[in-house]
Amino acid sequence: MLKDLFNLFFVFAKIGAVTFGGGYAMLPVFQRELVDNRGWTTEEKLMDYFAISQCTPGVIAVNTATFIGCSRAGIPGGIAATLGVVFPSIVIITVLAIFLQNFAHLEAVRHAFNGIRACVCVLILNSVVGLIKKAVIDYKCLIIYFVVLGLSLFAPVSPVIIVILVGVTGVIIKPAKTPFSGKTPEKPEESPSKKGK
Amino acid sequence: MLLLLRLFFEFFKTGLFAVGGGLATLPFLYEMGSKTGWFTAADIADMIAVSESTPGPMGVNMATYVGVKTAGLPGGAVATLGLVCPSLIVIIIVARILNRFKDSALVKKVFYALRPASAALITAAGLGVARIALLRLDIFKETHVIFDLLNWKCILLAVAVYIGIRLFHKHPVLYIALSALAGVIFSL
Repeated sequence: MLKDLFNLFFVFAKIGAVTFGGGYAMLPVFQRELVDNRGWTTEEKLMDYFAISQCTPGVIAVNTATFIGCSRAGIPGGIAATLGVVFPSIVIITVLAIFLQNFAHLEAVRHAFNGIRACVCVLILNSVVGLIKKAVIDYKCLIIYFVVLGLSLFAPVSPVIIVILVGVTGVIIKPAKTPFSGKTPEKPEESPSKKGK
Repeated sequence: MLLLLRLFFEFFKTGLFAVGGGLATLPFLYEMGSKTGWFTAADIADMIAVSESTPGPMGVNMATYVGVKTAGLPGGAVATLGLVCPSLIVIIIVARILNRFKDSALVKKVFYALRPASAALITAAGLGVARIALLRLDIFKETHVIFDLLNWKCILLAVAVYIGIRLFHKHPVLYIALSALAGVIFSL
C-alpha cells in the first residue's frame, strides 16, 4: 500500500517536473506515462477527467492528478498524486525566486522557451488526434466537437459554461444509431505544420 | 505565523473559486495583491513569465512564487498547499460519486457528449499555443506582410518535432529537451 502511494507520488512528480505550459501540455506526458507505459488509465477516462477538471475548482493538471490517484488508491492515492504533481514546482520555483531574480528575462531562457512552445503545440495536437478518434464516435459527436471548437476559438465563452452545457446536451440527445465503426472520424487539426490562421 | 495562515487562506479561496485552470487564477491574484499589498501588478507580470518558463502547472507555480516572495521558504509550500486543498476535496468527492454511478445510463450519456467537447477544448488549447509559438501577430500588425506573419524558424522546428514523433515514438520529454536546446542554439 505504502509502496503504491510512493509510486504514485514519484510518477506524478516526474510528470510535474517535465511539463511546460500548464494543464493541457501535460496531456502528451499523461498519455505516454499513464496510458501507454503503465496502463493506469485509458484515453477515454483521461478525457472524462479533463472535462470534469475543467468545470471544477482548481488547476486542471492538479485535478486530473487527484482523479487518477483516487482511482488507483482511494483518497490517500489522490493526495499522493496531488502532492507529487506540485512537488517539483515548489522546489524549482522556490530556488528561482530566491536565487535567480530575473530568470524569466534571461536571453537564453526566452530562446529555450520559444523552442519548447513550438514543440509543445505539436505534442498537444498530435495527442489530440488520438483522443478525437476515441471520442468522436458518430456524427452527433462530430457536431459537438466542431461547435465546441468554434466556440472556444472564436467566442469568449468560458470553458466552464461549455462543459456544463454539453453535459446537459448529453442528457437530452440520444447517441446516433450509426456510429463510425471501423471508419476513422475526421481529424481536422491533424497536421501541425499547416495551421496558420 | 499569522502571515502563513493568511497565505494559506487566500490561496485556498483562489483554489476554490478559480475554475478552469491556471489562467483563471489571475483575477484572484490581482485582487489579492491590491488587497494585501503583498505584490504589485508588475510583480504579477513577472510571476506569469516565471510560471510559464518553468515546468509544472501554471497556477501552482504562481502560488509558490507568490508564497516565497511574501513569506520565504515556508510561504511557497503553504501557498501551494492552500491552492490545491479545495481541488483535492472536491475531486475526491466527485470521484467517489462517479465511481458509484459509473454504470448509470445517465452518466454514460453525459460522458458520451463530454468526450468530444473535451477533445475540442484541448484542440483549441493546442491551437492557442501554436498561434503564440508559430505566428508573429505583433510584427504582422505593423508591416502587413504575410511573410512576417509566420515565425519560420519555429515552424521549421515544429515540423521537425512532428516528423520525430511520427518516426521514433520517443517520450515527449525528449522532444521538449531537444527543442529547448534548438531554441538556444538557433536563438528562436
